[in-house]
Amino acid sequence: MIRRPGLVALLAALLTVVLLAPPSARAQDAAPLIQRMATETFNDIAGAVAALATSGSPRAAPVIEALRDNRLVYRQADRAVFIREASGSFVSALTGEPVTDAGTTRPVRLNNAVRRAIDAAMGALTLMNPDPARRAAAAEAVFKSRDASALPALEQAIGQERDARIRILMEEARAAVVVASPEANEADRITAIGVIQRRGDQDALRMLGSLPATAPPRVREAAESASVAIRRTLAVWEAVQNVWYGLSLGSVLLLAAIGLAITFGVMGVINMAHGEMVMIGAYTTFVVQQVLRTMAPGLMDVSLFIALPMAFLVAGAIGIAIERLIIRHLYGRPLETLLATWGVSLVLQQAVRSWFGPTNREVTTPSWMSGSFEVGHLAITANRLAIIIFAAMVFAALLLFLKRTPFGLQTRAVTQNRRMAGAMGIRTNWVDAFTFGLGSGIAGLAGVALSQIDNVSPNLGQGYIIDSFMVVVFGGVGNLWGTLVGAMTLGIANKLLEPYAGAVLGKILLLVFIILFIQKRPRGLFALKGRAVE
Amino acid sequence: MLNLKTKVLGMFAGAAMAAGALAAPAQAQETIKVGILHSLSGTMAISETTLKDVMLMLIEEQNKRGGVLGKKLEAVVVDPASNWPLFAEKARELIAQQKVAVTFGCWTSVSRKSVLPVFEELNSILFYPVQYEGEESSPNIFYTGAAPNQQAIPAIDYLLAEGVKRFVLEGTDYVYPRTTNRILEAYLLSKGVKAEDISVNYTPFGHADWQTRVAAIKRFGSTGVKTAVVSTVNGDANVPFYKELGNQGIKATDIPVVAFSVGEEELAGIDTRPLVGHLAAWNYFQSVDTPANRDFIARWRAFKKNERAVTNDPMEAHVIGFAMWVKAVEAAGTTDATAVRRAMIGIAVPNLTGGISTMMPNHHITKPVLIGEIQANGQIQTVWQTPGTVVAQEWSPHLEGSRDLIADHRAPMNCGNFNVRTGRCGGAQR
Repeated sequence: MIRRPGLVALLAALLTVVLLAPPSARAQDAAPLIQRMATETFNDIAGAVAALATSGSPRAAPVIEALRDNRLVYRQADRAVFIREASGSFVSALTGEPVTDAGTTRPVRLNNAVRRAIDAAMGALTLMNPDPARRAAAAEAVFKSRDASALPALEQAIGQERDARIRILMEEARAAVVVASPEANEADRITAIGVIQRRGDQDALRMLGSLPATAPPRVREAAESASVAIRRTLAVWEAVQNVWYGLSLGSVLLLAAIGLAITFGVMGVINMAHGEMVMIGAYTTFVVQQVLRTMAPGLMDVSLFIALPMAFLVAGAIGIAIERLIIRHLYGRPLETLLATWGVSLVLQQAVRSWFGPTNREVTTPSWMSGSFEVGHLAITANRLAIIIFAAMVFAALLLFLKRTPFGLQTRAVTQNRRMAGAMGIRTNWVDAFTFGLGSGIAGLAGVALSQIDNVSPNLGQGYIIDSFMVVVFGGVGNLWGTLVGAMTLGIANKLLEPYAGAVLGKILLLVFIILFIQKRPRGLFALKGRAVE
Repeated sequence: MLNLKTKVLGMFAGAAMAAGALAAPAQAQETIKVGILHSLSGTMAISETTLKDVMLMLIEEQNKRGGVLGKKLEAVVVDPASNWPLFAEKARELIAQQKVAVTFGCWTSVSRKSVLPVFEELNSILFYPVQYEGEESSPNIFYTGAAPNQQAIPAIDYLLAEGVKRFVLEGTDYVYPRTTNRILEAYLLSKGVKAEDISVNYTPFGHADWQTRVAAIKRFGSTGVKTAVVSTVNGDANVPFYKELGNQGIKATDIPVVAFSVGEEELAGIDTRPLVGHLAAWNYFQSVDTPANRDFIARWRAFKKNERAVTNDPMEAHVIGFAMWVKAVEAAGTTDATAVRRAMIGIAVPNLTGGISTMMPNHHITKPVLIGEIQANGQIQTVWQTPGTVVAQEWSPHLEGSRDLIADHRAPMNCGNFNVRTGRCGGAQR
């Protein structure tokens, strides 16, 4: 745009000549630059990377790539630079030829300045990469670096690009270079600002905001009005985003509370050890991953699906054991139950602490659950989306189970009228045990999901117990739909308050609201009516 | 652990035999008791349990070298269970009933504030190994962790030198982040950073849902001015914070996060690949390549019987503190608290990063400051460090009210908060 097509053609021709020249001659030019990387001074390394990227040397890409992956090393004795191959052998960084003995080497170290230089360099070098993802990343890198020397390569890449999405990215990158370039003429720069305004995200804002004060007034005015327009659109998206965050928090609350909705809501047991069932579910995930890592590393991506039934069974079994050994002796004595289960929770915490150690355990996030994607200007993180879907599935499954299976029928019968159910031949104490096991098992499932977003430590459960009780009490004891609505209401209210009131005050406001609400409606949002209440 | 138990039992057996030969009171003289006051249960167990272990290792090693003043050391471990008032009770138990000569312990500032009056009242000695907010100097406490000018201020200087002009001060809502951020805000303003370029925010303990905050940080950083986050987020909240940063794609090359409470131990629970390049400021990293550190890591791993056990900054503080105490006791020739306190000042021992740390008259030690970047393997690699060691400013010169205070526990001043303007001492004097 700023250069005439003839110049571009000339540059392209030059580039071809350069690439066709014998590699040994080119390597000579790159040699002093590569040599400069054998240092401890980060600024020197960053400078050498930038110079090497524009040198046109065929050694640029492999050397910079090796540096990025921490595989570039140098010999302390004579500062000769080598690349360590994946096999562990060394090749010379200057020629790419294998060396038999590299001697004592130390790696060329990186810091953020060097990483930025590498990103910018790789951007210019990988614009023509056959892999579309790498091309997109390269365009993004150029957008961020706004490196004018990447322009010829960018022009050429735009000419060849077939993928419309990547092409837009590249055009945005070109616009960014043009806007930032003091040599470009005003009209071109203002057109380019239009391109960036269409992109309309925070990176675009950052780009426009970093325009130097020396830019011509008309360019700065255009950038200013573009920024205002972008901010206006983003403000709308921000509101949407807050609701999304609320849904996400609500789904976490729902997962944590839904097991409690059964043990507390349906059975009326104040189970303070509920959080520890969540924690046990998370630790089950850890153990499953440890076993998979040694026995079947190929299954790591589906480790969570293996962990789900395991966590359900482990937490459920522990729940049944607690019910049989402790809680069944305390039915009808809520205060004793509260104290006993509180004690159980401390015992479980300390048991896990002695067994697994007090420090956090690392649970790997499968690749399909990391990163984020954008819908409009709404950034959706994969793990949060997965948890929302998972919470909805657990809720639906539980509802079906209670409404459509014989066991569900018996559970409801026992909760509604224990003596009558007993008279009909239902073994009420076994129904109690399995219902408690079901609630605990679901808490275990929640633990698998929470291991992806929180610490896997002995304290994991403590953070959720208060919130869970809050959701169940607010939603209405004994009603699963109430739990769903309660969790979502609290989640969204929390996230709408947080940007204005801050996380601390937001939480306090919410607590005050619930206290007032319970004063008005002691049985929560969806109160059970009729005889079941007694 | 078992090993130590048998040893302690052995010592008791030896003591019992000796008691047969000597007079009964001599029995109590056979060992010197060392108190260890770290939470082994509750929320802080995650950080403090390793400090208990490192003390047990140091005591075991000292006993192999023949103990102190010809006597064996005996560790007395108590568990204050992350319960702040219980810290004071356990401290009293250690000093009054167990008659310990010295105590190593505490992590959070609130636990230290809780035991401080006990140590002053009963005139005993506490070694406190964690970086903290400063604004304190007790005659009975030796602070082996960093004061703000030994950690936070140099980190800010590093960011300013990198061209950062916009700062998010993100902290957990309690005394350490609030005081540190007050100091940092004053310091940034004095360095010409505009008030609208500083955003301060607090979240509750154990905050798990960071979506809103991370999005807000992203927004704050999208003005085109180079932005960094200074994090005093503590404990459990860090893992979800870093996970959210990684998921929302905030790269260290765009908005670096420099943390004061995240060490190798905390990183052990996270996949650090998306976090490469985010910063941490400490006085010690496990990755520091010195003979002393290599030796320490090897001893620690052998003691823990775990080839992958990590070391961290507060552990080094205990190593330094313990070595200083041993030296001071040997110099004083007694474990009497007043004599040891006098002898402590000026004691110098090698630290693990290749320098010498000295106990200063303000009861804080000199330390080098290291800034490191998180690596993909969970380690932190030094990218910048002070040329020498830095003397602690226990009373910050950047805060109104503490600007005029100095601490000097030598005669004739003997004061932890002497106001140079009024010429008066505001606290306990010994």
